[in-house]
Amino acid sequence: MLCCGLLAAPAATWAETPMSYQRTFGPAVDPVTRLAWGLGTVSLVVIVVIGVLLLGSLLRRRDAADGDSGQLAVRHDGGGMAWIYVGSGISLVVLTGCMVWTLIVTAAVARPPSPPLLTVQVTASQWWWGLRYQGAQPDRTFTTANEIHIPVGQPIRFELASADVVHSFWIPQLAGKMDVIPGQTNVLWLQANKPGTYRGQCAAYCGVQHAHMAIFLVAESAQDFAAWQNHQLAETPMPVSDSDRRGEEVFQGHCAVCHTIRGTGSAGHVGPDLTHLMTRGTIAAGLLPNTPGTLAAWIANPGSLKPGTHMPAQVLSGSELKAVTSYLTTLN
Amino acid sequence: MTTVESDRAPIIATANDQSMSSAALLRSWEAKPGIGGWLSTVDHKQIGIRYVVTAFLFLIVGGLEALTMRLQLARPNQTLLTPEQYSQIFTMHGITMIFLYALPVLSGFSNYLWPLLLGSRDMAFPRLNALSYWVYLFAGIFLYSSFVFGKGPDNGWFNYVPYASLTYSPGPNIDVYALGMVLYGISTTVGSINFIVTLVHTRAPGMSINRVPILVWGTLTASVGNLLAVPAVSLAFFMLWMDRQVGTHFFDSSAGGQPMLWQHLFWMFGHPWVYAIVLPAMGIVSDGLPTFCRRPLVGYTAVALATVTTMVLGFGVWVHHMFASGLPILSLSFFGAASMAIVVPSSVAVFAWLATIWTGRPVFTTAFLYFAGFILLFVIGGVSGFMTAAVPVDWQLTRTYFVVAHLHYVIIGINVFPVIGGVYYWFPKVTGRLMKEGLGKWSFWVMFLGFNVAFFPMHILGFLGMPRQIYTYSDGLGWGTPNLIVTIGAFVFGGGILLFFINVILSLKHGAPSPPNPWDAASLEWSTASPPPVYNFAVIPIVASRYPLWEDKMNEDDGASHDSNRSSVAAGMLLDQGRETIGTTLLDAEPDVILRMPGDSYSPLLAALAMTAAFVGLLLHSYLVFGIAFLLTLLTSVLWLWPQLSLYQREPSHE
Repeated sequence: MLCCGLLAAPAATWAETPMSYQRTFGPAVDPVTRLAWGLGTVSLVVIVVIGVLLLGSLLRRRDAADGDSGQLAVRHDGGGMAWIYVGSGISLVVLTGCMVWTLIVTAAVARPPSPPLLTVQVTASQWWWGLRYQGAQPDRTFTTANEIHIPVGQPIRFELASADVVHSFWIPQLAGKMDVIPGQTNVLWLQANKPGTYRGQCAAYCGVQHAHMAIFLVAESAQDFAAWQNHQLAETPMPVSDSDRRGEEVFQGHCAVCHTIRGTGSAGHVGPDLTHLMTRGTIAAGLLPNTPGTLAAWIANPGSLKPGTHMPAQVLSGSELKAVTSYLTTLN
Repeated sequence: MTTVESDRAPIIATANDQSMSSAALLRSWEAKPGIGGWLSTVDHKQIGIRYVVTAFLFLIVGGLEALTMRLQLARPNQTLLTPEQYSQIFTMHGITMIFLYALPVLSGFSNYLWPLLLGSRDMAFPRLNALSYWVYLFAGIFLYSSFVFGKGPDNGWFNYVPYASLTYSPGPNIDVYALGMVLYGISTTVGSINFIVTLVHTRAPGMSINRVPILVWGTLTASVGNLLAVPAVSLAFFMLWMDRQVGTHFFDSSAGGQPMLWQHLFWMFGHPWVYAIVLPAMGIVSDGLPTFCRRPLVGYTAVALATVTTMVLGFGVWVHHMFASGLPILSLSFFGAASMAIVVPSSVAVFAWLATIWTGRPVFTTAFLYFAGFILLFVIGGVSGFMTAAVPVDWQLTRTYFVVAHLHYVIIGINVFPVIGGVYYWFPKVTGRLMKEGLGKWSFWVMFLGFNVAFFPMHILGFLGMPRQIYTYSDGLGWGTPNLIVTIGAFVFGGGILLFFINVILSLKHGAPSPPNPWDAASLEWSTASPPPVYNFAVIPIVASRYPLWEDKMNEDDGASHDSNRSSVAAGMLLDQGRETIGTTLLDAEPDVILRMPGDSYSPLLAALAMTAAFVGLLLHSYLVFGIAFLLTLLTSVLWLWPQLSLYQREPSHE
């Protein structure tokens, strides 16, 4: 009863569980999901069978005559071995079946069905994700952060590198985890068969803000993806108003050491690239929605929102904060 | 004192605790009164009790840490703990439960029980036994030393590099963990050696290797496993400390080091360790169930071999902790298949237990409830392990709450439940008083219910994608309700543990006095008084079967039984000339030599103190302190090894 209740609870809130991988949406993970359901069912059956046998053995009626105190139930050290032979025998058969199924699935998802046309280079850092799209020509290459866009229906290759400690790249509804380990580049492929936004999160403890290292993946039609790609490659709009020009100055003075906005002379690589910042849905690796209000709050005191973040609080006057926020919101 | 010829023929006589010889034994074995005797005793029973009490104190500390975390996680976006506090608490919770509770509590049981189960008067190396305990205690205090200043280890118990390197963890946090673990490894190593030699040499005459209780098989297997596994982790932690303090680059990828080396070394140790902290507990069940089912264990040989097989396989599965680390698919498949294969020996044990209950006639004592309940938890923890052994499925499951659920079913289900059942079972032997059954049954049902409410929904949280080791989570991920249920269950479970401790304290004072064998059990420890005299047995028993105290009840219809192939606990070797026990041969336990046992000594305590001081010196970067303490360690070794006439021993002549 307990189990049923607990299983029903998440089912009711299926739609609100973006990290749940009970339903998945791509060939890199769908066979795995079926296998997981299969093994899960086998596991539940095993629990029920053993539970019933255990209850039976406890509650089974026994001869009243057996009850004399001091006597043993059996008088010989032996018997009952059939239980072990039959039980272990059945276990072995089921186990072998599961093992073969597992190997088949492992082979099926090891490689994409066709060579991926697109590679995304992911660099994990404490506590955000850097993304680099390598183009055919150097001027088709660009960098962004924390929000991946891919075309649907196509296998995509991810090259995973770490800037500091061990992280783990995980977008549950599209692929299993792949660790991001300093000194090596791990490779993962995935494919989204259904357009939409998929949530992911770092899955290896990587420091105090491990809890706030989300990543989003937007799968869209080839057309929309091309439009997005072209938009990311576009020139950064020049600030128009005086206030925005002042904001850019503040940015160059306070922020450019760590952040890059392409085409402005800023070239910091410590923090996320902020070119076309306003095309992203969230800031601070999924911590907050990307709005002028949250941007200002974040810039004013990042440590209060994400304690331990490497982004230092800036000493800005009210008008400077307002100007730099206003400037950032022009980065469409 | 005159020399005693140890190759004399021992006197075989009938004696009990009232005999003259027992008065002599009491004089020889008794510790000095007062604090001096307390600090210098090498009595395995004293050491066993200290191990268990210390381990339970650490269980309480680790439990309070767990409840603190559960409060933090009960609702989304809580701010009860800062992220840094949370990191230290979950790390110390893991270290405490895995290292300072789970193995030591079993070492405590085995230390107390082994000589009694084996019909001997002490462990093979009594002083080493004391050293093992003291080093464990000091290592535990050492590991907590920085936590009380808010600088505890904070990188999880598996402590991956490079987060554990000086660059990312500049404080003393990780140094404390690294040095503390090397120190702790000394305790485990000497303890393991002691168990192995004890089994090899000090079983009662006639207790051939196929007659020892399954608990002995479990602890023996765990000890051999530890001897092979602990060097890997001691080395890894020492290398880490050198990376941090001496400037080596074993794990530093920017200088040609390899972070994966840490993961391999850690899990080469870590996985066998998991078996080391469950196999002896499974042994407790395998020995306890027959008593309450009123029949011998079904499939003794199969269960003993399954125990060993599990450990052997356990050395070939460490990579299943690293399935997502980018290793080649072929090797992952090998380690996945090896991990699944562990189902086979596990199923042998499960069906042996089921058959024992089914064909037996259960007596529903509290201890029995714990052992029977354990079987279900063992299976749940087992099948979740089977799921994580499937490589591609594990890519989803690993590092989520599914794994948290799995490891708690394994460690609480297979360690804590049998251990508490074991306390109910052996408490009358240890204290001479029975525990209260009514309160005991309440403690079981509250624990059992609370445990499942706390940990079963964690599987669901894992399926919902909640990663482990996160200090909070936001609304809108669907994790709020299950987390609230988990927290409620955790507090109920804690209440069950509390009831158990209340029962222990009440029963210590007011429990009904226990006869020597209150459960009518079959093994040798129940043949001696409750609590046992300091010398354990008035005479060394002679063993003729696996169930020496049940021989009258078994095979009674067979005309074949003669006194000659009956065990004897009333008559046997007297060995009353000082501290002595009989040494026997490896397989058949033929009497071989009279072993002269060392008396109480301060040297184990002094050696442990000196060793700990050396590690404190390293921690404080004071090479002067380290040097002095190192010399003192050598000095205490000299003191320890100083020849004593009473230990004079000649190699037996085998003719």
